Amino acid sequence: MDLRDSPAEAAFRTRFRAWLAAHNPGLPVSSTDDEYWARQAEWHTALYDAGFFGLSWPARFGGHDLPTVFDVILDEELAAAGSPPRPSLGYLVQGIATHGSNAIQERFLPGLISGRERWCQGFSEPDAGSDLAALRTTATRDGDEYVINGHKIWTSYSDVADWCFLLARTDPAVPKHKGLSAFAVPMRQPGIEQRPLRMINGITTEFGQVLFDAARVPAENMIGEPGEGWRVAMTIVSHEREPGELGYVARYAKMAGDLEAAVRKDPGSFRSDQREAVAWAYVQAEMLRLHVCRRLSERLDRVDHGPGGSIDKLLMTWVEQAVGAAALAVAGSRAVIDTDDVGLKIYLYSRAQSVMGGTSQIQKNIVATRILGLPTA
Amino acid sequence: MILAMDTRDTPEQAELRRTARQLARQLGPRTVADLDDRKRRERLAVEVRDAGWLELRHDTGDGSPLAGGFEAAIIADALGEAVADVSFAGPVLAADLARRAGARPVDGTVVAFARDLIDAAVVSGPTTRAPLYAVEPAAHAPAAAYVLVPEGDGYRLAQVEVDGASDGADLTRTLRSVSAGARLLAVPDQSRLLTRADLACWATLGLALTSADLIGLMRGVLDLTVAYAKERRQYGVAIGSFQAVQHLLAEAHCLIEGAFSIALHAAWAVDERAPDEARTAGRVAKAYCARAARSVCETAVQVHGGMGNTWECIVHVYLRRALLSTQWFGDDGEQLLQLQRTRLEAPHGPA
Repeated sequence: MDLRDSPAEAAFRTRFRAWLAAHNPGLPVSSTDDEYWARQAEWHTALYDAGFFGLSWPARFGGHDLPTVFDVILDEELAAAGSPPRPSLGYLVQGIATHGSNAIQERFLPGLISGRERWCQGFSEPDAGSDLAALRTTATRDGDEYVINGHKIWTSYSDVADWCFLLARTDPAVPKHKGLSAFAVPMRQPGIEQRPLRMINGITTEFGQVLFDAARVPAENMIGEPGEGWRVAMTIVSHEREPGELGYVARYAKMAGDLEAAVRKDPGSFRSDQREAVAWAYVQAEMLRLHVCRRLSERLDRVDHGPGGSIDKLLMTWVEQAVGAAALAVAGSRAVIDTDDVGLKIYLYSRAQSVMGGTSQIQKNIVATRILGLPTA
Repeated sequence: MILAMDTRDTPEQAELRRTARQLARQLGPRTVADLDDRKRRERLAVEVRDAGWLELRHDTGDGSPLAGGFEAAIIADALGEAVADVSFAGPVLAADLARRAGARPVDGTVVAFARDLIDAAVVSGPTTRAPLYAVEPAAHAPAAAYVLVPEGDGYRLAQVEVDGASDGADLTRTLRSVSAGARLLAVPDQSRLLTRADLACWATLGLALTSADLIGLMRGVLDLTVAYAKERRQYGVAIGSFQAVQHLLAEAHCLIEGAFSIALHAAWAVDERAPDEARTAGRVAKAYCARAARSVCETAVQVHGGMGNTWECIVHVYLRRALLSTQWFGDDGEQLLQLQRTRLEAPHGPA
């Protein structure tokens, strides 16, 4: 156990801190304001162009081949500066890098990592949420192309995406998990209609619905083999469940730090229960920071987390919801008087964390059966 | 490239963890009846002493301890996991306090606490005025406890005789009282006064060791409970196949994972971070571990059903031990209160 920076790590920390002091975009908390998503692309390219994004990814695709510990340092510095988190793309990168052919990796990873090409993820459907393998969107071979028909929902960033990482049924004749394939589908074409989805906190630009009506994708854009879609999806969701991959440590540190600052302005005007809620949010955010550190350290031993991602997802959910509860507590009556109140928005958005990327109930099923070895009913 | 930011055990730490777990599992109580097995208990105490674990915080000669807070926490964790009924944290904390005062630690000495069990007892005058509490002294032998005597800007160590019988909720560690009116005895060889900063650093070790004990006992009781859920049958199937039971156990497992990450950091910070930062790390860990341990132990009692509510079922031994470790050096409410004081009331934000 040693959490001190090595000389190389300390030098990186100093360099990034100096850059950040001059380039902090001062965005509102993510997921509370449409302005955040409008300007997130600029933040992505600014980080990337300065050499601070994709630290642990392959250099030949625009990354830096650094150990994952550098992502921890980056997140800590972003958190300390109250900056927005790094863009959450790790799970798509892992999906393409694990399952895509060399040609697919070379074609898509550089644009994804640099932020020059924007992506969304088309998995969930109105009738296929937790039971993802029941999805009904079809991809039917037609010469050198596939023709896509179906309806995706909860599609993050679909309004700005150039590409959709789509999961579709290519073979209806086989059992549901075996008939799926993954594609990189170009979003800007006549057969695709994108509709915004308004979340319970009022934001409209984070999620969308995407309707595919005879949209077309070249067959060479398939990611993995025909029928490999379920395995591709499992790679992606297991990484999507890891806070280290998402860079969420900085997100929670910023939210908890903002709440602390709000109380510090006038501590006497807050009741003890409000103050305790803020202290607890800080404890939870610290827990996640240290937990991510441990997870990344364990990866040095090539520990495959597999179902362990479900543990991390549950921990992350408890952090987000503790922060949400504290935000609501601090807001008090302001949350119901002012519909634009950021505390209200943080609280309402926090309820989604126990659903997105697999519900808490699904995560607990996975932990119980695959980690604790409890029998299935 | 040499990676320094690494939470993994060094080979030596991993070996210590293995040894401590093995010994604790071998000699710790397996049943409630085992708690009365005096021979086993005495063997456990001898093994812990002979392993040199009570001396981890003794002075190397230059004022620094023989081993880090991290190593001490490894042992506390292993003993908690097996609800080992042996003195460890008590004597280790007493030795750490003696080291900071430049005094030679005396075997069988622990620290006396005020009734809230949060701070070392402060006594001015020749005798104690209120009852004090010695945590983890030897159960039946004569024992002494350190108290703090204000002097100038700091504190001098003195000793009192522990005269009360063993009592308290925890069935695995002794809690003995020191009567009001006990006479203070000098600690002759101390070479310096304890400062407030010394006491804060010492309390940080207390937070780390009690957090580590909670981690261990959570892991121990969940292992028992998962095994029970696989075995116990109702409606013709194992109760562990019911989703309602699975979700309770899954939640407990996740709490332990998060608590372990945070407690490792607190234990490491004891000697490696600046005192204020280490104290905050200890408070954060204790707040999280205390809440987690309460939840995990309650789940264990619940999943054991009717059996879990009987004296004969060992699960309450874990819960009771958790209650003492939670109170000792302050429970979650106390830690959150202190975090509010340092982080929310400071005019310019936390240091």
